[in-house]
Amino acid sequence: MDLSFSKEDEAFRAEVRAFLEAECPSDLRGARIYDVGREGTLRWTQILYKKGWVAPSWPKEYGGTGWSPTQKYIWDEETARIGTPALNGFGLNMVGPVIYTFGTDEQKKRYLPGILSGANWWCQGYSEPGAGSDLAGVRTRAVREGDHYIVNGQKTWTTLAQYADMIFCLVRTDPNVKKQEGISFLLIDMKTPGIAVRPIITLDGGHEVNDVFLENVKVPVENRIGEENKGWTYAKFLLGHERSNIAGVARSKKSLEKLKSIARSEMAGGRPLIESPDFKRKVAELEIDLLALEFTDLRALSEAAKGKPPGPETSPLKIRGTEIQQRLTELTMEAVGYYANPFIKGGPGRNEPEIGPDYAIHSAPTYFNTRKTSIYGGTNEIQRNIIAKMVLGL
Amino acid sequence: MDFSFTEEQTLLRNSVARFVADNYTFEARREIVKSAEGWRPDYWKQFAELGLLAAPFAEEHGGLGGGPIETMVILEEFGRGLVVEPYLPTVVIGGAFLRHAGSAAQKEELLPQIVEGSLVTSFAFAEPQARFDLFDVRTSAKKSGGGYTLNGHKSVAIAAPMAGKLIVTARTAGGQRDAKGIGVFLVDATAKGVTLESYPTVDGLRAADVRLDNVAVGADALLGEAENGLPLVERVVDEAIAALSAEAMGVHRKMLELTLDYTKTRQQFGQPISKFQALQHRMADMFVHVEESVSMAYMVALKLDAPEAERKAAAAAAKAQLGRAGRFIGQNAIQLHGGMGMTEEMAVGHYFKRATMMNILFGDTDHHTRRFAELTQGAAA
Repeated sequence: MDLSFSKEDEAFRAEVRAFLEAECPSDLRGARIYDVGREGTLRWTQILYKKGWVAPSWPKEYGGTGWSPTQKYIWDEETARIGTPALNGFGLNMVGPVIYTFGTDEQKKRYLPGILSGANWWCQGYSEPGAGSDLAGVRTRAVREGDHYIVNGQKTWTTLAQYADMIFCLVRTDPNVKKQEGISFLLIDMKTPGIAVRPIITLDGGHEVNDVFLENVKVPVENRIGEENKGWTYAKFLLGHERSNIAGVARSKKSLEKLKSIARSEMAGGRPLIESPDFKRKVAELEIDLLALEFTDLRALSEAAKGKPPGPETSPLKIRGTEIQQRLTELTMEAVGYYANPFIKGGPGRNEPEIGPDYAIHSAPTYFNTRKTSIYGGTNEIQRNIIAKMVLGL
Repeated sequence: MDFSFTEEQTLLRNSVARFVADNYTFEARREIVKSAEGWRPDYWKQFAELGLLAAPFAEEHGGLGGGPIETMVILEEFGRGLVVEPYLPTVVIGGAFLRHAGSAAQKEELLPQIVEGSLVTSFAFAEPQARFDLFDVRTSAKKSGGGYTLNGHKSVAIAAPMAGKLIVTARTAGGQRDAKGIGVFLVDATAKGVTLESYPTVDGLRAADVRLDNVAVGADALLGEAENGLPLVERVVDEAIAALSAEAMGVHRKMLELTLDYTKTRQQFGQPISKFQALQHRMADMFVHVEESVSMAYMVALKLDAPEAERKAAAAAAKAQLGRAGRFIGQNAIQLHGGMGMTEEMAVGHYFKRATMMNILFGDTDHHTRRFAELTQGAAA
C-alpha cells in the first residue's frame, strides 16, 4: 500500500495545474452553469478542445486524452481546485461513449466531432412522467414507417434542453415483450418538427430542467444506435459511465474550505461562528465523512488502475457523495444566517447593488437545488436496492 | 497510489486467518473467556512461532521489520475472531514505546522477550478523573535517590492481570492538567507497592485498576524524556488507534456477514426476512458503514508516519468514525437478529460488545470529533 502518486503523475499534476491557472477565464471560475449559460460553457469547451483535453475519459482514437484512471483522478482534483465550469456532460460523458462503443462509422463521423468541439449541445431523453426509477417502463412510442420512425410521447426532467441541438432518447419499439426487451436508443435532432420544450422551474427558482414533448416526430432509422429493441443494453452501459467521479470528493473539499471561511467571517455570540461548539462539531463530522469518502474513492481508483471496471461498489460512493454535497450546502446556508433570505437572480457581474455578503447570495437556492443529487442518477434508495441485490446477494 | 497488499502481507493474513479458523471458533473462545486465566498462553507461544509477536520490530531485535500494514492485517483477522490475547497492549503499545523511546539497554532486554512470547505488557494510563485526556495525570513520580517513587491510581488497564510489566504515565512536574511534566515508566507488575484489582471486561478481556503505593523504580525505568513524555504517549496512542481501527474493520465486517447469513435463513411470513426491503436498505446502510470503516483503517495506517498534525487528525477521524460505525452496524445487527440477537449463544452479541467497548478505549467519538475539530479548524487556513 502506498499513498503517494508516482513522479510521472506528479509531473502531470503540475502540467495540468499550470494550464488551468493560465487558461481558465477568471469570470468562469466557480460559476454555476445558470450563470455562465451556453456561451460560457462553450468558451471553456473550446479552450479544452484546442488543448486536446476536452474528453478525459475517451480513448485517443476518438479524440480523447487516453489518460489513465489516476490521471483522470488528478484532472478531477485540479479542475475542482480552480473551479472550472461544468461541460456538457450529456454529450461528453454519456452519449459520446455510447456512440464510439456501439455506433456505426457513419454515426461516429457525424456526431463525435460536434460533441468534442462543443458545437452540438446534447440532452438526455430518459425519464418520463411514468418512468422515473422504473426507467425500463418508458412509453414514448417509436413506430417504424419505411426508413423512418414516428415518435410520440413525453420526456421529462430534461436538463438544459433549452440549449440542446440533439437529444438521445429511449423509446418503445415493441410494446408486446418484457419491458426491457422492447426499447430502442434514438438520436433525435431537436429542430425536427413536432418537438416542443417547456421549462420546469425548480424550487430554487432556476430553469435547469424541462419537459420535452414529441408529436409525430420523424426520425431516420440511421439515427438508431445498434439494434432495434436492444436499447436497454446501451442505456445500462451509459448509466455505468454516468457513475465515474460520482463521489465528487474534490469539489466537496473545495466547498468545505469555503464553508470554513464563511464560518470564520460570520459572528455568533460575539465570536466567529467557527468557534461555536455546536457548529464546530457539525463541520468536523462532515469533514470526517468526507475523509472516509475520499479513501473509499481512492480504493476504487486503485482497483480501476489495475483495470477493473466499475461495478455496483460505486453505489456507496453515490449515496455518501451526494449526502455530503447536500450537507455542505445545508451548513453553508446555516452559516450565512439572515442573508440566506434575499432572492437575488443572476450571477457575477450583474449591475445591482450588493445585499449582504457575496458568499450569501446563492446559499439558499444552492441548498434547495442540491436536494436533486440524491434523486438523480438513480435515487439513493435505488442505490440501496443495487447494493442489496448485486453486492449483498439479498 | 496503490491499495493492494504484497504477497508477503497476503501470506501473513492467510496464516493468521487459518489460526483463527482452527483455534478460535465461537465455542473455543467462550471457553477461553470463561477460564480462570482469561487467555491461552499456549496460543501466545503459537503467535510467537508464527512470527506475529515479531512483526513490527527491527531484525536486530529478532523482529521481522514489518510496519503499520502488517499490524493492520493481523489485527483485522484478530477482530474477525474476537481474539482476546493481549496483542494490542503488548506488541502494538508496549512495542511502540520501546521502539520510539526505549534506551539501547531497554530494547535489548525487553524486545526479545516480547518477540519470544515471555513478556506481556499493559498500558496503565487512564485515571478516574481524567476521562479521555491523556495529559490529565495525577499519579506522581517523585525523584528519590537515583530513581523515582510512584504513587497513584490507574483505571482499567487492559491486560494488566497477565502483564509482567506495566507502562505507567506519571507526573514528574507541573499541575494535574499540564501538558509538560509527564513521564512514562516501566514498572514490574510484581513490584512492592503495586496492587491490582483485577476483573473481566464486558467484551471478554481482562483488566485491572492499578494502585501504586510508594513504588520505587530506578532511573532506568524511564521511557524517553522525564518531563516531556506527552508527545511520545500521543504518538503511541495514535498507533494503537490505527491498530484498533484494523480490529474494528474485522469486527464490523463480521457483524454484517452474520446479519446477512441470519436474515437469509430466518423465515417469517413465508419467506426469508432478507426479502423485505425495509431490512435490505438497513443492511445496505450497514454495508456503507463497513466500507467507511475499511477506508478509515487504511487511511490511518497509511498516515502514521505523516507530519504530526496530519497524523493526529487522521487518528482522530478514524477513531470518531470507528465509534459511529460500530454503533450503527452493531445496533442494527442486533435488531435484525430479532430476539435471537439478545441471546448469549449468538455470536453477533459478542461482536457488538467488543465494538462498543472499542469506542471507549483511547477516547470515544465525541472526544475525537472535538479533537479533530481543533486540529482542522483552529487557525485560519
